[in-house]
Amino acid sequence: MNGNGSEANGALAVSMRDVTKVYQMGEVEVHALRGVSVDLEVGGFLVLLGPSGSGKSTLLNILGGLDVPTSGQVLYRGQDLTRADEGELTRYRRRRVGFVFQFYNLIPSLTARENVELVTEISEDPLPAQEALDIVGLADRSSHFPSQMSGGEQQRVAIARAIAKRPDILLCDEPTGALDITTGIQVLEALERVNRDYGATTAIITHNAAIATIADRVISLADGRISRQLVNETRAAASTIQW
Amino acid sequence: MIPALDRKLFRDLWRVRSMGLAIAVVVASGIALLVASLICFDSLETTRDRYYARNEFGDVFANAKRVPRWVAGSLDELPGVDRVDTRVVAGVTLDVPGTSEPVNGRLISLPDSGRPVLNGVTLRSGRWPDPGRAEEAIVNERFAQGHGLGLGDQVFAVINGRRQRLEIVGTGLSPEFVYAIAGGDLLPDPTRFGVFWMARRHLATAFDMEGGFNDISLSLAEGAAPEPAIAELDRLLEPYGGLGAIPRAQQISHWYLQNELTGLRGMALLMPMIFLGIAAFLLNVVLRRMVAVQREQIAVLKAVGYSNLRLGLHFTQWAVVVSVLGGVLGIALGALMSAGMLNLYMEYFRFPDLIMRWSWGHILGALLACGAASVLGAAAAVKSVVRLPPAEAMRPAAPDTFRVSLLERLGLKRWLTQPLRMVLRNLSRRPARAAMSVIGIAFSASIMVLASAAMDSFEELMQLQFNVVQRQDVTVTFFEPEGRAAFYELASVPGVVEVEPLNGASARLRNGNRNRQVGIQALQPDARLQRVVGADYQPVRFDRTGLILSRKLADVLGVAPGDTLRVEALQGTRPERDMVVSATVDDLMGVSAYMEPEALRRFLSDSATMSGAALGIDPAARESVYAALKGMPVVAGVALQHAMLEDFETFVAENMNNTMAINLLFAMVIAFGVIYNTARISLSERSRELASMRVMGFTRAEIGVVLFGELAILTAAAIPVGLGLGYSMLAGMLAAYETELFRMPLVTEPGTFAWASAAVVVAMGLSAAVVRHKLNRLDLVEVLKTRE
Repeated sequence: MNGNGSEANGALAVSMRDVTKVYQMGEVEVHALRGVSVDLEVGGFLVLLGPSGSGKSTLLNILGGLDVPTSGQVLYRGQDLTRADEGELTRYRRRRVGFVFQFYNLIPSLTARENVELVTEISEDPLPAQEALDIVGLADRSSHFPSQMSGGEQQRVAIARAIAKRPDILLCDEPTGALDITTGIQVLEALERVNRDYGATTAIITHNAAIATIADRVISLADGRISRQLVNETRAAASTIQW
Repeated sequence: MIPALDRKLFRDLWRVRSMGLAIAVVVASGIALLVASLICFDSLETTRDRYYARNEFGDVFANAKRVPRWVAGSLDELPGVDRVDTRVVAGVTLDVPGTSEPVNGRLISLPDSGRPVLNGVTLRSGRWPDPGRAEEAIVNERFAQGHGLGLGDQVFAVINGRRQRLEIVGTGLSPEFVYAIAGGDLLPDPTRFGVFWMARRHLATAFDMEGGFNDISLSLAEGAAPEPAIAELDRLLEPYGGLGAIPRAQQISHWYLQNELTGLRGMALLMPMIFLGIAAFLLNVVLRRMVAVQREQIAVLKAVGYSNLRLGLHFTQWAVVVSVLGGVLGIALGALMSAGMLNLYMEYFRFPDLIMRWSWGHILGALLACGAASVLGAAAAVKSVVRLPPAEAMRPAAPDTFRVSLLERLGLKRWLTQPLRMVLRNLSRRPARAAMSVIGIAFSASIMVLASAAMDSFEELMQLQFNVVQRQDVTVTFFEPEGRAAFYELASVPGVVEVEPLNGASARLRNGNRNRQVGIQALQPDARLQRVVGADYQPVRFDRTGLILSRKLADVLGVAPGDTLRVEALQGTRPERDMVVSATVDDLMGVSAYMEPEALRRFLSDSATMSGAALGIDPAARESVYAALKGMPVVAGVALQHAMLEDFETFVAENMNNTMAINLLFAMVIAFGVIYNTARISLSERSRELASMRVMGFTRAEIGVVLFGELAILTAAAIPVGLGLGYSMLAGMLAAYETELFRMPLVTEPGTFAWASAAVVVAMGLSAAVVRHKLNRLDLVEVLKTRE
């Protein structure tokens, strides 16, 4: 694997072909994905829409190397992630992927800056932690602990932590789900800037359709299948959206 | 119909069964020790008391040189005296077929008609001696067993230089010899000390005691104190060479037995308290975590109308179930252990039968102790349940607040990676819990230190005694003080390469109303074999005039160097004089007073002050030296250095492994219980952080640092604390066990510390391995989806 995600538009960062995922939940088989094919273009901004249970989180987990499909193929720049073992998936996440979660998942015992450093310490060519915090507008909060910050601030620290390693792919699971609209927009603006300025391929999953307007591609999932695909000719600015 | 809340209880219990089990095992260990010690204590005490009562064991004992029979009549008149028995008792050297070494024997008279009034003999096999036959004797059972002697077999007693045949017609036991130990020994050796009961008439003839006696036992009326009788008895016996009467408490067999019982009672109190205290702490930690995890469930239950009392009870029940499970397990284990322990006791203490005492009081007490521990453990968790307002509990808990830890503020910060900072801050956030974990683990190390160091100390006592203090091969004691002739006689025995006279006199030292009967030893300043050595291993230098006392003796008498003591000799012309205590010496065995030889001779105004001799012998000539000693009329007793060392080695071999194994097991139970639960709680509290880190691309080994780093720090902090604690506990224990018979030096081998530390580290490794298995199965996706 090589490159840091700054190649020309049109190249594929990740390509998924006919991916299915079946979970055994107790005595019931749950078909989370039923043959999904998705391409993530380098530098692209993708929004995955769908109600809960539609399979969008499963899709994101497979893209991020947290889970492997039951069948089908996932290629990251030509490398087959479906055949990767535990160690290879860990290395993939470590070098290529940044995650942002609905509940932030910051380490409560580390300050904002230290939460970012947690990642930069194990990365090969990271952004300086302070710069990452600067990008999300939290340079002045770097020595605060999570318990001393608002939800929006915590989520922006999570974004700073995700981008500090200069990931190829930035995956966000309901990043505004726990936030009010004002702080939600601040978070989306941060994501937008990271995508634009650093060229990180970005995928956001949400059940909030208003967010779809800031993407250049929108995929809707229902019952484990792609129900609709849409390409936005022009991307709306995050600051203009409303919900 | 089981109420829903109780079903929840059982399912909660099942979900965290491994933690519950670990705590239950800690409880079980404590209760097992408690129950086993109590059963042993009660069984031994009951067995002893019934045996003493049935065989009419005396309350006061005295020896004299020779008392005319008519004096016996006035013994009845002594204050508080109920019954009186007089006997002829003699120490002899025995020649046992098949044994080249001389063996110490004691011959005790049986009444010519009827049975002994006091100190009755229990016949175990055979019959009583025929008073008409001089050679017939009953032998103590252990001795017969030790030498494989049966009825009809013969041994020889050397009486006034003549070999007298003794024929065994029966075997028996006596309350005087429950712990059959020859004077001066530390450990009983059934083959080295034989007691023979035989017809008085013949024994009196052999020892010139016709119409007299030399041994007195008294029993006292119920509630009578022994002191007045002892004072009167001493006065009465003085003209007849009385050697000072002693109460039962100082009778050697009884003293050892009592000492053991006191130790058992201490164990029944101290060790279970440590275990139950640790169990209470673990219950506290687990329950508080459970309340934190079930915050929302508790809120719902409160919202639908469950009372604080009911919910508090619900969480208390969890603790009670765990500790009662441990308690029941412990009671069963304790009963098993007590059988093993009593078997071991029966090796050293001899009773005709053992009365096992198994009281419901023990069981009830043990269960109450468990209940107390569980309530104590549950208290904090219950308090937080009660305090939780339902509405607030429905919202997620506020994020935990953290601070920069002290170590970082001291400037270490820049050397620490983020995972290490996490470890330090987690620890410093709950200092009380970290401290309790450290103390818990430390106790496990201290138990190891205590068990192993007690052996180190005992070994040191032996080494000091046999390699530094007594360097002779053989110690000979005489019936009567002898002159130079005896010295030359010993020196002329082929194979004897060195003879050092041992000069001693029996005396009573008096300070006000405190007094002790001791031997005053006169030692040559240039002694090579038998020396006076302090705990500093240096031979003591003698002052020309003064009296040097064992420090323990000085404590007992309440004197310090410079003070004056009244010294009354109990032999010869029985002179009395005030003497100044010039120094004390930290000797380790027995209590003695020491004087310069010439000063002692002047005090006694007697030229015959040689009470025995220390011999160095040529190992090749051992057999012939033994044979010669057996035939010497002046020799009353022979102590063999190598036999004492062998006894010691046997004792260590028999007890060391068992003791170490049991203590290792208990220490591991504590260490594993504390470390495993600490790790599981950490894993529960940190699972979200650890999963986040795995998602960010940290490897399993890297997140292991966060979890196991905490354990490593706790363990590393606990080890020195535990070693120090063990050392202090040892010092306390040795001080408590410091007796007039022996004092163990406080010694710990480096190996003991290494061994204790290693055991704790192994327990940590085991706990880490088990928790690591759970850590590897951490479901990244599931953990991240849920709200804390």
